[in-house]
Amino acid sequence: MDIQMLAEEIPVEGEHSLEGIDFITSGEQYLAFLLGEEQYAIDILCVEEIRSWENPTQIPNSPNYIKGAINMRGIIVPIVDLRMKFNIGEATYTDTTVVIVLTVETTDKTRTIGFVVDAVSDVLNVDKSEIKPAPAFGGCVPQSYLEGLVNAGDNVVTILNVKALQAVEPHQLS
Amino acid sequence: MSVDLSQFIPSFLEESFEGLELMESSLLNLEQGDDETINSIFRAAHSIKGGAGTFGFNGVTEFTHLVETLLDEMRDGRRSIEQNDVEILLESVDCMRLLIEAIRDETECDSNKINETSILLEHTLAFDDNATSDTDTNTNVDENSANDTADALSKWQITFIPEHHLVQTGNDPLFLFNALADLGELILVANCKELPALNDIDAEELYLSWQLTLSTKASETDIREVFEWVEDECQLTVTKEETTDKVASEESEAMVETSNEPIINEPVNSKPEPQISSAIAADKNSSIPVPEKAAANKAKNDLGSIRVGVDKVDSLINLVGELVITQSMLSELGNDFDLSKVEKLNSGLEELLQNTKELQESVMRIRMLPISFAFNRFPRLVHDLSKKTGKEIELVLKGEQTELDKTVMEQIGDPLVHLVRNAVDHGIEPAEARIAAGKSQKGTITLNAYHQGGSIVIEINDDGGGINRQAVFDKALEKGIVDENTTLTDTQVFDLIFEPGFSTAKELSDISGRGVGMDVVKKNIQSLGGRIQVESEPGVGSTFRVNLPLTLAILDGQLVRVGSEIYIIPLITIVESLQPQKDLINRVSGDMVLYRLREDNVPVIPIYSLFNIASEFKDVESSLLVVVEDDGQKIGLMVDDLLAQQQVVIKSLNDNYQQVEGISGATILGDGSVAMILDISGIISMAHKKSEMVQKHKNNMQFKATQQISEGASF
Repeated sequence: MDIQMLAEEIPVEGEHSLEGIDFITSGEQYLAFLLGEEQYAIDILCVEEIRSWENPTQIPNSPNYIKGAINMRGIIVPIVDLRMKFNIGEATYTDTTVVIVLTVETTDKTRTIGFVVDAVSDVLNVDKSEIKPAPAFGGCVPQSYLEGLVNAGDNVVTILNVKALQAVEPHQLS
Repeated sequence: MSVDLSQFIPSFLEESFEGLELMESSLLNLEQGDDETINSIFRAAHSIKGGAGTFGFNGVTEFTHLVETLLDEMRDGRRSIEQNDVEILLESVDCMRLLIEAIRDETECDSNKINETSILLEHTLAFDDNATSDTDTNTNVDENSANDTADALSKWQITFIPEHHLVQTGNDPLFLFNALADLGELILVANCKELPALNDIDAEELYLSWQLTLSTKASETDIREVFEWVEDECQLTVTKEETTDKVASEESEAMVETSNEPIINEPVNSKPEPQISSAIAADKNSSIPVPEKAAANKAKNDLGSIRVGVDKVDSLINLVGELVITQSMLSELGNDFDLSKVEKLNSGLEELLQNTKELQESVMRIRMLPISFAFNRFPRLVHDLSKKTGKEIELVLKGEQTELDKTVMEQIGDPLVHLVRNAVDHGIEPAEARIAAGKSQKGTITLNAYHQGGSIVIEINDDGGGINRQAVFDKALEKGIVDENTTLTDTQVFDLIFEPGFSTAKELSDISGRGVGMDVVKKNIQSLGGRIQVESEPGVGSTFRVNLPLTLAILDGQLVRVGSEIYIIPLITIVESLQPQKDLINRVSGDMVLYRLREDNVPVIPIYSLFNIASEFKDVESSLLVVVEDDGQKIGLMVDDLLAQQQVVIKSLNDNYQQVEGISGATILGDGSVAMILDISGIISMAHKKSEMVQKHKNNMQFKATQQISEGASF
């Protein structure tokens, strides 16, 4: 899988670059990625950047899934390992391990956080109506992080709630 | 082609605020007959009026015009400068500020205060007009009659049809007519056709119009000038009459019939005024929200721009030019590089380093402003406060040119206001007490700013009664902050006033009330990375000394290594770095390690265990100690290695993450990696917490305590 190519496909600045591909799509676009064997997806418009894994600087006394902080063009970005956070798969760092940097605006501020995932797999075109609510039958991922499930071919992709991902993170610390 | 004026509004606002500041400070320095000061006040008012006129901010234009007229009279020496007038002008400056702030925030201005002041202004103007013009007209008339034949008198027919709401804007036709009478002989005919039945009369409306005949030597412009304030609110025609004899006599005959009318009607249109002013008087009580609004607007203010001297910008451009040259030299060098060019490369890099450093300094200098920006508001504050408290106070400002970072300046303003207010309110004694104590009746408050090392020091000194040490101590006893048997130094006692428990004014009135929100002041200053100290001598006065870092953005740091991590210790906190000697290391109470540094026993804090990370050395002997000090407390930080000293740019961890205990921020090192900046006071409190935890642990597990702590207690 060529991450570089995938990364290029992803519209960076939102609407402008989306215009070109609008004619082949309908509905929202989601970036799908792998955690272990499972497929997850997030709203593509929040994706700032996809980076290859680099060793971050540790943040003292942070939970184990906070891997540290990196420098992204002068901004200090904390790195969260989603696999450790959700207890999925093994937290190994290989060549395909990537960091998806998300920027989410909440009411009071904008936060930029990087999430470690096993690999980036696809860009999904999903209509809102195709998203089914996730059944509340346990699982490692807390319900509040789930936006819904969607079928992509034979696979089921879990769509994660970006706002929950970035907002809840820090409050669970300290 | 039309130009979009709105793009210039921000600069107009900025200039206006500057102008207002200038007006304010000049007004406070205004002494009788000081031409240059009055001129500069007048010029400031005039440019504000002009600017406002250009953008169509009529409220500002009209109001400023009144101010300008008053100033003009002062400038021409027609009016002596009285304290009362200065007060009114100061009020007016406040009003203008409100008006302009309303424009900035695109809100409606709460106009009570403005109406009130403009009426006050007009009264002042009118009063003076009457006083002087009475005599003036007399002499004028005499002169006129004497000169009638000599200078050609021309007759003017003026039709003046004011709009009904004229008097509501604070204008009074009577003033206009008085002013016209100054110009020459005036004959008035009032037209009361529009006057409704008595039942329908709105006391605040003006239903009259006038036909005026004026014989004067003055030109049309002079006449029109009289109507300048009301131009927009009336229909006005000014025509010159060619024949001076016949028509005039006819007119005057016609007038005789009607000339009683204005006199009868005069009370009608002068009635509204007392009502207006009484309405305003009633409103005075309800006008409290205004300052709150202003405070809310302050936050917006912070986003403002900086005015930078051209020389500073020029030096920047020069430096950037040099940087570009160096860069092209280096890239040329890199095109076909071999070892013979190493020397060239080195010198190129050296140059690059030099350029970057200078560039950085220049950029930082742009953010630096003289502290007079923060000091500016104090003359007015002290002036107002001294009036309110009835104390005579002189404010002395020193070191106003001391430069300080803009951000620090903005945030230090409020704490300083608080300190100055305290000094006036509680520091300076009432005049009688001062005389009784053998001091001059006039109290002195001195604000002084100067650089000291990498920080700026601001001193607020008053020559008042000082802090009552015993009272503070008693208060602390009562609050249970101190123990009866504790002996405290004076400094320690005075520091108690920064305790949160001391923040109620009434309880403290017996000890001159200091402590009103002092904890907040201290917190604000500490959040800026500064500290505050107080010195006081009974009967002589007190000094508050505020120490602030010059800038918040850049920090001189010592890079240290612990395990594989690099941390930055602020250079300013470092007392010394040393290699521990075995015989100076003492273990006390089981686990705590103390290092004897000359007379002091410095507790040693291992960073690796505090931050829960791996390190190369676990024992004090083989590590290095960096002795740092915060708030008088020295600690020794155990690190693996000392690296370079360098300036680092502080980046916030909060933006994307959250506050981390013991870390004040992060920075980016030369290789692009992130390094954490240590927060010494945070580390000290972490260590305290940890020792408390250890204590608990010990109590819980009496035996095997030592082993447990070293393994399990570290978070």
